[in-house]
Amino acid sequence: MNRKHKSFLPAMAFVVLLGLQVGATNAFGQPPGMGQRPAMPPIPIKGDTTHTLSKHFIQDSKVKKTPDAKGFIQRWLVLEPVRKSISRNSIFTDDYLRTTFSTDNFSSDFNTIPKNGEQVKVGDQELKWYALDSKAFSFNLYDFTYAINKPPYGVLFWLVTVIDCPQEIKNVRIAAGTNSAGMFWLNGKEALMLSGDRDMIVDNVTSPLLTLKKRKNIIRAAVINGPGMCSFCVRFLDEKGLPVKNFSISYQ
Amino acid sequence: MKKIKIMGATALLSLCLAGTVTAQIGQPFIHDPSTVIECNGKYYTFGTGGGGLISDDGWKWNGGGVRPGGGAAPDAIKIGDRYLVVYGATGGSSNHKGAILTMWNKTLDPKSPDFKYSEPVVVATSDGYEPCDAIDPGIMLDPTTGRLWLTYGTYFGFIRLVELDPKTGKRVAGNKEVNIAITCEASDLMYRDGWYYLLGTHGTCCDGANSTYNIVVGRSKKITGPYMDNVGRSMLEGGGKMVAAAGGRHIGPGHFGHMVLSDGVEKMSCHYEADLDQSGRSVLGIRPLLWKNGWPVAGDNFKEGTYEIQSVRRGYALELAVDFVRMAGGMRGFGRNNDEPIKPVPSQQLADVIKTWPTGDISVRIGDYVVRPNQKWTITAVPDAAGYPGGPSYKIVIAGTDRALAATADAEVITVPTFTGAPEQLWRIDQLTDGTSRIMPKVTPNSKKQYALVSSGDSTPALAAFDMNSDNSKWNFKDH
Repeated sequence: MNRKHKSFLPAMAFVVLLGLQVGATNAFGQPPGMGQRPAMPPIPIKGDTTHTLSKHFIQDSKVKKTPDAKGFIQRWLVLEPVRKSISRNSIFTDDYLRTTFSTDNFSSDFNTIPKNGEQVKVGDQELKWYALDSKAFSFNLYDFTYAINKPPYGVLFWLVTVIDCPQEIKNVRIAAGTNSAGMFWLNGKEALMLSGDRDMIVDNVTSPLLTLKKRKNIIRAAVINGPGMCSFCVRFLDEKGLPVKNFSISYQ
Repeated sequence: MKKIKIMGATALLSLCLAGTVTAQIGQPFIHDPSTVIECNGKYYTFGTGGGGLISDDGWKWNGGGVRPGGGAAPDAIKIGDRYLVVYGATGGSSNHKGAILTMWNKTLDPKSPDFKYSEPVVVATSDGYEPCDAIDPGIMLDPTTGRLWLTYGTYFGFIRLVELDPKTGKRVAGNKEVNIAITCEASDLMYRDGWYYLLGTHGTCCDGANSTYNIVVGRSKKITGPYMDNVGRSMLEGGGKMVAAAGGRHIGPGHFGHMVLSDGVEKMSCHYEADLDQSGRSVLGIRPLLWKNGWPVAGDNFKEGTYEIQSVRRGYALELAVDFVRMAGGMRGFGRNNDEPIKPVPSQQLADVIKTWPTGDISVRIGDYVVRPNQKWTITAVPDAAGYPGGPSYKIVIAGTDRALAATADAEVITVPTFTGAPEQLWRIDQLTDGTSRIMPKVTPNSKKQYALVSSGDSTPALAAFDMNSDNSKWNFKDH
């Protein structure tokens, strides 16, 4: 039973239908009382529930960062979520994403590199940038919202990272997975879009062949989600589909 | 008004016939069904909210199953002479608190005096903060060790594996959960030939015809994983190879269940988020399960039509044993002028030959396929006859006629001039795990044995016990 598709009206409708179904099954001969749902058993809290970034992230690390063993990029500047009214993830068509990412953007200069702690305005929302290293191969934005005690659903995230290449690397692809939809830009140009209600799957969508130039390359990412889990993962692949790892990742 | 009613009934019948491709008949309306399980000759599946479906034949389903506890997405398994039913206390609450419970019953038949569920026990929970939501259980008894394994979880965090005691249904003391997948739900396990297979459902559910539900799989040599897909991605990275996706008029398969009916005959149960022929309702699906290069993939339930029935033994075709009627002409000859006009040669038609056929019973044989009327068989469902898991009974007639294939008391096959609906004229067709098909008469007269259509020689059909290891027992339906 899926909770991914979650909006108030469908959920209410499902609850009503569930009730009807229980009624129907009772009508088919279920003994009295056997269809009653028992109260949820008491479930003790198993771990630390404090809102802290350090559980899943390392903040503003000064340590040199390279891709992980499989090439995943774990260092990102991430902006507090832009609140959006999103009832279901199936609304994320190409047109919706282009319009939204154009409208609800912190800067139309896609080579802008924000700074940790910097405040920017998106519409009437004042939002703060965080410099974070994910402890996992993916970047869990649901965990991020919990850590900073913000609502987790109906959210648009902007992210930026800087790829520093010791030399030019030709014929690479950005490979990404997002939950739900997302879009990536490399050095100011659109690289790939992940539209629709997607699961975060490694290498779910890849870009056309690109060139990483010597020294700084700026990746801008946008990830948007209505209900449910929100996360993404991204890496570079070479022409053979193998991870590219000979670069470093920085916040500037 | 009466005419309208008749037309309505006709339309309904047409819908039933058209729906024989995959859907079950009756009232197969269910969401998140448990693995279909047999109990004392009947089939059962339980769904979200309580209750479930019952079927006498695995094809026609109606309500009546009883599964207390409410909640969602149960699973069921037979262990010894008892049935263990497992379910989630919630359908995935917004706070991600959940619990998985198990309970026993001696029978699944609510009319049986032995029908009584034991008190449910909690075997797994999620506290609302950990990266898991304890819903959607799937259960498997490891055939190599006898150990009982439970998977559960949804998109919120991990799919987890825990071990239960097969004698008590309780969690094994001290057992720690193992994370085995992400970004899916409705997980289930299978074992085959040294591999453990983890099934999961991806995509969006609960949105009718707009649902994108689909079933994927990864495999591991160890029950604890890592479960990898066909391109080397771990299911902990979202990996998975497609097992079943939408097709035809059925949208959004999810909640895999594995049924092994006999050697070479495996089925998968699921629900479709929307059956477009049934108001877009969520319905039970039962499909053949095939194995290709070590991976499971959903097969296709038999589709009515006109086919060559090809013996896998040699590749010859089942045919009416009548005299060969030559078509006009022959080989054109060598050295002719290739600039002569080209014109089509009409295929031989039934009307061209039927008057040469006897009018009584005609035997059948297997021969070189040359696209002749005596080699074309029209196969249609017989709606009033009982079916079997995943399909109705079929009649098999020579195309354009009512001449029907029938089993005889001496374990042979013949054709009779007219289909009467007699049980020896009804046929069961199952797609096998290798993609070929088994064809079985509903009965063999004066015999209690279950026979299948076989090739006893290259050109000789007969009835005999089905042998999955022999191509003599296998057939292909070729739609030319």
